[in-house]
Amino acid sequence: MSETKTKPKKTVTWVEEPQLGFWESTFVPAIMKGLKTTLKHVTDRNTVTQQYPEQKPDLPLHYRGVHRLNRDEKDRVKCVACMMCATACPANCISIEAQAAPPEWPDRDKFPKSFVLDELRCIYCGMCEEACPVDAIELTHIYDLTGETREALMFDREKLLSVYDQTKDNPRDPVRTRRGILGPAAEFSSLPTLGPATGVPAADRSAKNPTAGVIQGNQESHS
Amino acid sequence: MATVTVNGKEVEIGANERLNCIQAAAKVGDEIPAYCWHPALSVVASCRMCLVEVGDKKPDGTVAMQPKLVPGCQTPAKDGTVIISDSQKVKDARKATLEYLLLNHPLDCPTCDQAGECYLQDYSFNYGRGYSRLNEPKNIKPDKTYIGDQITLFTDRCIMCTRCVRFTREVSGSAELQVVSRGSHEEIDIFPGYPVNNPLAGNVVDLCPVGALCSKDFLYQQRVWWLKSKDSVCPGCSTGCSIHVDQNEERVYRLTPRENEKSQGHFMCDEGRFGWKYTHSGERLSSPEVRTNGLVTANDFDIVLASARTALKKAAQGKGKVAAVLSPWMTVEEAYLLAGLLKGLSANVTLAMGPVRIEGGDDQFPKDVKGNVVQPVKFTIHAEKAPNRAGVELVLQHFSGDVMPFEELLRLSSAGQFSAVYLVGGDPEGWISEIQAEAFSKVETVIVQDILPSPVLKHATHILPSGTFVEREGVFVNFKGLAQLINRSVRGPDGTRPDGRLLWDLAERPGLVQTEILRKEIAATIPALAAISGEGLKGQGVFLEEVVTAV
Repeated sequence: MSETKTKPKKTVTWVEEPQLGFWESTFVPAIMKGLKTTLKHVTDRNTVTQQYPEQKPDLPLHYRGVHRLNRDEKDRVKCVACMMCATACPANCISIEAQAAPPEWPDRDKFPKSFVLDELRCIYCGMCEEACPVDAIELTHIYDLTGETREALMFDREKLLSVYDQTKDNPRDPVRTRRGILGPAAEFSSLPTLGPATGVPAADRSAKNPTAGVIQGNQESHS
Repeated sequence: MATVTVNGKEVEIGANERLNCIQAAAKVGDEIPAYCWHPALSVVASCRMCLVEVGDKKPDGTVAMQPKLVPGCQTPAKDGTVIISDSQKVKDARKATLEYLLLNHPLDCPTCDQAGECYLQDYSFNYGRGYSRLNEPKNIKPDKTYIGDQITLFTDRCIMCTRCVRFTREVSGSAELQVVSRGSHEEIDIFPGYPVNNPLAGNVVDLCPVGALCSKDFLYQQRVWWLKSKDSVCPGCSTGCSIHVDQNEERVYRLTPRENEKSQGHFMCDEGRFGWKYTHSGERLSSPEVRTNGLVTANDFDIVLASARTALKKAAQGKGKVAAVLSPWMTVEEAYLLAGLLKGLSANVTLAMGPVRIEGGDDQFPKDVKGNVVQPVKFTIHAEKAPNRAGVELVLQHFSGDVMPFEELLRLSSAGQFSAVYLVGGDPEGWISEIQAEAFSKVETVIVQDILPSPVLKHATHILPSGTFVEREGVFVNFKGLAQLINRSVRGPDGTRPDGRLLWDLAERPGLVQTEILRKEIAATIPALAAISGEGLKGQGVFLEEVVTAV
């Protein structure tokens, strides 16, 4: 225990302020130096600031802005009114009313009669787009959202669809997937990656899949 | 006493208990999953989800296990039975069973109404595989949107447990549902032209362990995980079915039966199930009023209550007499508050029982094709369409000795006997006719406490908008003397107050309404209602010792 009693290592170094000379104490050289920098910028014709709003910035591709509701290949709203987005939404800004789909839409059970998203309440976290099972709601690059009233920023179904029409051809806002049907798991061309909770025995057929989950060692084969 | 061993844990089974392996395992807290088995229906052992290892303990202590897995629902638990539900063999069997059940299941959970309370989801999570190995297209059958006025069938989600078929055969007796075709072509269907429209039809939706049978009334209204549930009692008739009231954001979306063997069993009728709509009706009385010569002179609760109190006191002290009509839709607490308040003003107050609506006769199930009741009776819809006649009668008997019928009070009132009457309504179907209302045309003070407009309003001097059964708290006593608690699920519309609060304020009791303290007071005052103060009231309810005979 004797080592601990030795003096702690000196960690702080004290530095003395340098003495000002005659010229330094007049501040003239410092002023001249500053003016030189100013003059350099005054005469520099190359602009470095972005000329917003004439010039729009290039935002990263993962930027999350105003939402849109995608349309399917028949121009119907892709949303199936499952309300997963409203459930996932931490800001509680989505309210959906579902309605049974008309009989001429045999591929779905329901669709949103009303879909209202409060753009002011939204925190743009992107959980809705992550929760959506049919990739119907997506966040676009539109960030300059203004409105004169709060009501104007309660985006309804038609408004959200119009955002889609506005942005679908923009290469920065691609429609990320064509998957629009709530399909049986069998329709996946490959099995989605499985979480650790669902281990796959090595003998299982799915273990040979390129995206198999956690493969358990040589466990019992399936009876 | 029989001793059963479940997963190494021993459990005693009573001499009169007839349990299967699922129930015996539930006694030690182990769940054996099952789809087709339901305690109120016959056993078919067709889903194979409850396969367990079963053996016998010999007197010498050795255990002889059966070589094959057996369905737990079909195997009685008797003395010495050994049940194993957590071995690898059982787990593998469950996993395989679930995989087969899910082969053709569309997995459209996001758009399925059952998601969140679905046994396929729960069991897949607990016992299943977590992914599908099927690479072939699924066998998807077209939906049947009309199999009953209230029921729709998503054929592709069905797992053929046949609970619904057995329900219509065994409990309602109407046998509309059946299984058509065989093998993988099996489907639930109705006989052409005979939809499931029996008075108990809505129960098949609750019985369906998956999202195949859905209620058209609730379809796509809400996701079930948003609903908040409170225990309550159906006020539709004197059966007093135990129910859950499911609400979200102050709006009721559905009523579902709550299992209660003391009350009705597992089910409820459609009349009660869909009979709550008046709660959100636009017709609801929503403005307290004092009327002088037909003109509204005040519409504030404090002023209306103070004015009503003054009018009652004046009438009680003056020459005239005070009368009150207590509705069979009141809770015991509300009846006690009103009767106690008026008896406190004057000893010769006349208290009468409000009209008890009787519709036809008691409707018993199951019924055969000719409509005759088959014994044993499994469900009864009573003709008496009021929830608490028995409870209110007990209160009346305590305060006035006898129960004066409504007609008698009308006669006395027409004869000009009263100068002030307090009328309590509450029956959503209406409780007073134009002609009956005339009996109160000459009465000086008519205080009406009701939820919906009625003919008597035109003679009213004070109107107190009150609450429906989902907005109140208290005790209902059913036809066989079972006292059950109703709980407050939603706030009433603006301009209404729960009856208990109105009467509490009218009686100038301090603070907020505390029904629990009130119940203790009632139990101490009225011996016949002594049972309602205990803890036993919560959950299944308590029987009052004294059973009130039907009128």
